[in-house]
Amino acid sequence: MSVMVRIPTPLRSVTKGASQVVAKGKDVEELIDDLDRQFPGLRERLVDESGELRRFVNLYVNQEDVRFLAGRATALKDGDEVSVVPAIAGGR
Amino acid sequence: MRRPAVASVTSSVRGLACRECSRRYPVSATHVCEFCFGPLEVDYDYAAIGRRITRESLAGGPPSIWRYRDLLPLDGEPLVGHHVGFTPLVRARNLADEWGVRELFLKNDSVCHPTWSFKDRVVAVAVGKALELGFDTVGCASTGNLANSVAAHAAEARLTSFAFIPTDLEAGKVLGTLVYGPGLVAVEGTYDDVNRLCSEIADRYRWAFANINLRPFYAEGSKTVGYEIAEQLGWRAPAHVVVPCAGGALITRIWKAFQELAALGLIAPVGTRMHAAQAEGCGPIVTMIKTGADTLVPVKPRTIAKSLAIGNPADAYSASAAVKASGGSAEHATDEETLEAMALLARSEGIFTETAGGVTVAVTRKLVEQGTIPRDEPIVVCITGSGLKTVEALESRLPEPVRIRPNLAAFDRALAHLKTHTQASPTVREAASEETS
Repeated sequence: MSVMVRIPTPLRSVTKGASQVVAKGKDVEELIDDLDRQFPGLRERLVDESGELRRFVNLYVNQEDVRFLAGRATALKDGDEVSVVPAIAGGR
Repeated sequence: MRRPAVASVTSSVRGLACRECSRRYPVSATHVCEFCFGPLEVDYDYAAIGRRITRESLAGGPPSIWRYRDLLPLDGEPLVGHHVGFTPLVRARNLADEWGVRELFLKNDSVCHPTWSFKDRVVAVAVGKALELGFDTVGCASTGNLANSVAAHAAEARLTSFAFIPTDLEAGKVLGTLVYGPGLVAVEGTYDDVNRLCSEIADRYRWAFANINLRPFYAEGSKTVGYEIAEQLGWRAPAHVVVPCAGGALITRIWKAFQELAALGLIAPVGTRMHAAQAEGCGPIVTMIKTGADTLVPVKPRTIAKSLAIGNPADAYSASAAVKASGGSAEHATDEETLEAMALLARSEGIFTETAGGVTVAVTRKLVEQGTIPRDEPIVVCITGSGLKTVEALESRLPEPVRIRPNLAAFDRALAHLKTHTQASPTVREAASEETS
């Protein structure tokens, strides 16, 4: 599965400045593997030692937070859009 | 970008630092640590601040948040929002009698200048910082109050502004933004959708988003609620503060404000217990605290307290930590309890707050009834916004006005009706019965 991944500013030093990259994977876990193959070091910026998403990293598949889907096991299909967004504080 | 405003005063800000890994950054419009994604916070030179301020110097300052400007992250004199803050701390004797508590105070930000919510505090700082950094456009993701305040302060600063809101907001909050002439964008989705989109927009456009890339500065404005409470109580922190939580920044910063004042020797060591209030239909922070969880579980909001409807609050971790460190607690209010509490506050104290204030009052009552807050200890309840912004919530619960022809006989008949159908105080009812007897 080939999906478009939106990269936030703090991670663009790892993606050589790219704000969008294309990556493959049948689910989020595989996608992170592929991202790390293309851009070594990206995995440790997204997930902790146990493989869980870091607590200040939010990951969205087609605008939905993966915590409302299947987390790392969330399935991906061709044409999906994935967005990595730093957690941000609310504004009422 | 425009020419940055010139700093004219010595700043006590040393830079920004990551709350998680302590990595340091120079002052700029950035909010996330590049290495761990942790939130960045302003790093102050407290020794220098301590040499500059005393209780007397603070008390001699203007009746606004700017009396505490040494503890706020602007480099120069305030550029906008000169009259923001220093709202009344109201001794609530009637409500205290009703609940059987000894000392009850309301920190009443429903009358905060200029847009009637505590958001004016954070926005005055954020827009001032945007000017210092040379931005020509400011923006925000908002559930209403923040949009009102950003649009108003941008108008004063002659900056272009864009506010992003969910589509289901109350009419007062929409009109109360549009009147200042911003670009107002209603996004189909929840506040959390708006927030994510704005984060992506902030990445693409060179705009200063109050609660995104200016967040380290913006959030500091909330500390002034804590400074004011302590000063207005005669330089002491109360035993209890009850605070509504949406993103979780306010409760965190009130706690921080007390710690700062104590560290500077301006108040005694802090024994305050911080209590978090959320709606039952959107209470991820309260749930996290009550269950002792280490991880935030986001929710899809379903509550009439739209200004608190943030299902994925990023300051949940620090809010939870502040409550725990203070020995405080957390509680939910149902929509029904919220509406009852709005009416209770209005009828007992003459203060009309929005739904968020209803949540906070309802939760305070609950904590008193549970015995979590002892009845003989001083309590401060934070009322953060005006009831005129959320009139829809109460509309169906209040009676219609009595309509009469313009003559005395008509009024006599109407008074008889009002006597039996209002909840006026006993004195008014007695006066009414005297006139008709």
